[in-house]
Amino acid sequence: MRATAGRDAAPLAVEAMARGHRLRAWELAPWLIAVLAYFVFPSYLALGSQILISILFALSIDLILGYAGIVTLGQSAFFGAGAYTAGLLAAHGWGEPLTALGAAALVAAALGFLSGAVILRTKGLSLLMLTLVIAAMLQEAANKAGGITGGADGLQGMEVWPVLGLFPFDLYDRTAYLYSLAVLFLAWLAARRLVHSPFGRSLTGIRENEARMHAIGSPVFRRRLAIYTIAAALAGIAGALLAETTQFVALDVLGFERSGSALIMLIIGGVGRLYGPFIGVPLYMIAQDRFAQADPVYWDFWIGLLIIIVVIFARRGLLGLAEQLLQKARRKP
Amino acid sequence: MNAALSAAISIGFHGLAYAMVLYLISVGLSVTMGLMGFANLAHGVFAAAGGFVMTRLMNGYDVPFPLAVAAAFVAVAAGSVVIERLLYRRLYGADELSQVLMSVGLIFISVAAAKYLWGPLAQPMTPPAYLSGQIELGARSFPAYRSFLIVAGAVVVTLLWLGLERTRFGARIRAAVDNRRMAQSVGINTNRLFTWTFALGSGLAALGGALGADILAIDPGYALEHLVYFLIVVSVGGLGSIRGPFFAALLLGIADTGCKYLLPEFGAFFIYALTLALLLWRPQGLFGRA
Amino acid sequence: MTSRFGVLALGASFALALAAQAGAAETVKVGVILTYSGPAASLGDQIDKGMSLYIKEHEKDLPKDITLELIRRDDTGLNPATAKRLAQELITRDHVNFIAGLIWSPNALAIAPLSAEAKVPTISSNAAAVSLTRLSPYVARVSFTLWQECLPFGQWAATKGGLKKVYIAVSDFAPGHEAADAFTKGFKDAGGQIVDNVAFPVKDPDFVPFLQRVKDAKPDAVFIFVPSGKQATALFKAYDDLGMRAAGIKIIGPQDIVPDEELPNMGQEPLGVITAGTYSNAATRPANKAYVAAWKREYGDKTPPGFMSVGGWDTMAAIFGALKATQGNPDPDKIMAALKGWKNPDSPRGEIMIDPETRDIVQHIYIRRVEKLGDRLANVEFETLPMTKDPWKELNPAK
Repeated sequence: MRATAGRDAAPLAVEAMARGHRLRAWELAPWLIAVLAYFVFPSYLALGSQILISILFALSIDLILGYAGIVTLGQSAFFGAGAYTAGLLAAHGWGEPLTALGAAALVAAALGFLSGAVILRTKGLSLLMLTLVIAAMLQEAANKAGGITGGADGLQGMEVWPVLGLFPFDLYDRTAYLYSLAVLFLAWLAARRLVHSPFGRSLTGIRENEARMHAIGSPVFRRRLAIYTIAAALAGIAGALLAETTQFVALDVLGFERSGSALIMLIIGGVGRLYGPFIGVPLYMIAQDRFAQADPVYWDFWIGLLIIIVVIFARRGLLGLAEQLLQKARRKP
Repeated sequence: MNAALSAAISIGFHGLAYAMVLYLISVGLSVTMGLMGFANLAHGVFAAAGGFVMTRLMNGYDVPFPLAVAAAFVAVAAGSVVIERLLYRRLYGADELSQVLMSVGLIFISVAAAKYLWGPLAQPMTPPAYLSGQIELGARSFPAYRSFLIVAGAVVVTLLWLGLERTRFGARIRAAVDNRRMAQSVGINTNRLFTWTFALGSGLAALGGALGADILAIDPGYALEHLVYFLIVVSVGGLGSIRGPFFAALLLGIADTGCKYLLPEFGAFFIYALTLALLLWRPQGLFGRA
Repeated sequence: MTSRFGVLALGASFALALAAQAGAAETVKVGVILTYSGPAASLGDQIDKGMSLYIKEHEKDLPKDITLELIRRDDTGLNPATAKRLAQELITRDHVNFIAGLIWSPNALAIAPLSAEAKVPTISSNAAAVSLTRLSPYVARVSFTLWQECLPFGQWAATKGGLKKVYIAVSDFAPGHEAADAFTKGFKDAGGQIVDNVAFPVKDPDFVPFLQRVKDAKPDAVFIFVPSGKQATALFKAYDDLGMRAAGIKIIGPQDIVPDEELPNMGQEPLGVITAGTYSNAATRPANKAYVAAWKREYGDKTPPGFMSVGGWDTMAAIFGALKATQGNPDPDKIMAALKGWKNPDSPRGEIMIDPETRDIVQHIYIRRVEKLGDRLANVEFETLPMTKDPWKELNPAK
């Protein structure tokens, strides 16, 4: 996670940025795998689309955690805001999915901007707690506003129209899977662009050495707020996707468990590398699914064991482990 | 007795009992996080373990209450040393996220283990006869056990504070929390200090969990269910502080109880809003260092 | 000669094919969605045991060549999104013929649209939300609804029960609200007065502050609903801690608050509590005695059967009954036709029937009191309200 940023001389920096933009061959691998999975596992598409949505959610956390160094346990606030936006629209007569995604992104971004403006002045444990508390407050509010949100019983009566008017959501989740995949792809492209841009680089600088960034006149607070807002929008889109593909929204979309497990999946994959979610999320969710079926009562034991093994042997997440192994392999003549 | 005064007394009483339990459990976390800089989200596991040990001894082996509580304290403190050596020690220098991850893994394992050993239900806890029933004070009656909880909590807190002010061990802890490097350079063996402090903190959590089994029921999901509240007490109190969490717990306990009594429609919303306000006003906590 | 041989061969192979077809066992798959982990795991355990016991005792009753396969899934608790996904997987991946189980109403409500879309008969072994059977023509209920229990109970409480002022304290989710609304209607219509009401948070509340408020309002009784399991135990503890019995405040409520399997762990606090319910394992009818004996043989003494287990038992009875009526044909429409009007005169809880119009359950509602039987507490039935339909459906006709 500790990069060597800050030491780049100007030509090196320019070259690095140029390199970043170019799409390398292996970057297409996850997408090919995802498309293949559609054909090879046609009866697992429900799990598949939920994995894709969680990847998007974890990606939004990676942007603020891995790149701007903001530890958050409250990202579900934006996820849930997006989910309820799309859900309420669909339950009240506007079931068009793409515009609902846009509305969800706006609502979540607004929430991110407002809350970020208030809490991003702090850091460390208090910032963490503030993110947590904001999500918790939102969940309580949604619970109390049961008349609107359906409360603990969930939002009933959502009717989502076919995507682009052509592809209805079906029982086998075929549309859901491809739709989520498309949205994830676009979001990933955008995130990738962002991360390799000068703005993205400045975020890394803020994470590594905030004092120095202040010293060179970088508008630290504004940058953190900007990335926080963008990440909130992405999380909101993920939430809306979940609402649309399952035609259901319940309070757990705002819950601590969702934020917490996304964070865990991200850390397992590797933080700050943009691809951590693509490794950590499928691994965790598939393991959880398998463990739960194999041992419905004690599956959390196996998950806990998996987590501890990863943390002891793959300190920087699985991507970090892969990097270490690659480095070792390169050193051998 | 007029209704408002009666309500205030009810709230104050129950809030205080709740605060004592929260404090006993959270003070160890505050010290661990402040002293060792370790983000230990699994702290609630030790509190639950204390509850499980005590109830098993009382329900299964008819061990008298005071003995069972003491045994819970000792057993969990000892057990925590083992876990500290095996797991925590590996990650002392590591980044926060790895520590968070490890502690979450520990929580999952403990939840499954508790389910396996004790089943999924909450453990029933019946206080001994001499602590049951009601205490009459004038026109009001107070539950005896909760009154005991307040008194016992006050005693433990006093002992703790005195111990930290008056003993050498306490002095070493305070020194190490203030400035670990300096403490090391004057010859304090921080590794051993960590272990002892961790044991003390976990033991206190076990004490809080055992005594508070009445208020926070002992079931396998305990550590996860109450994590947010423990974190709120520690962050509002101030990391590394001993007194801070006490006032935070007091504030939280009374506000939460008051809200449930007077404005149950608001639920926990009020507590979160209060925490938000407090942390924005003093991000380092009430007694933390800026 | 070749032609005769040919005809013989054809005949023989035809006969063989027929024989093979007849001998081939058809597997009927039942997807069971229950809570097997987390704080409510004991509820899933009860229902699962009831189901398994029925299957064990009645295996030979299935039509020949039908084997029943149970596919179990853990919804991990009140988790509608997970439950919906599990149901979807059971339908699309495992191709189940039935979905059964369903403890939590929100979970069941989330699954109902799937049952309609995929035409999969779905039987609720527990979920009690009144609107459930209206969400899909393929849903039937074998458990109870809270209106069915609590509206007549409200009427009884104001008349024979002798209660004048009642405070309502329920958990803040659909079953809680339904119980409150139903009791309130029955109680007020019969002349009673509701003092006030308060809602507990669904997850893990500390009951003391809420009950303190009830105590300070001095009602004759407090009508309580909390989900079965540890919350019921915690509630009675709080009741006792605050000395509410001595202050003359009774507790009443639906059977969920004094579940038979929890009573051994609840101390002496529940003594005297009056509830309205559908099943008590202390009932003396022969069908129940046989049930309790079979349970003890199979599962021992540690966890007695409660009303949830009977929900599981009767779910399997319904599935068996439907399969017998259709001679093993799992066609969804034929199954639903068989389920409508299905009766079980030998249920441990007394006679039950599935209403052909609403697909909801019709059963006796018992008023019971917690008394000491031998060395244990038990729910002793002392009054029966026979063959009660769900009153909510009659008060709110389908549009």
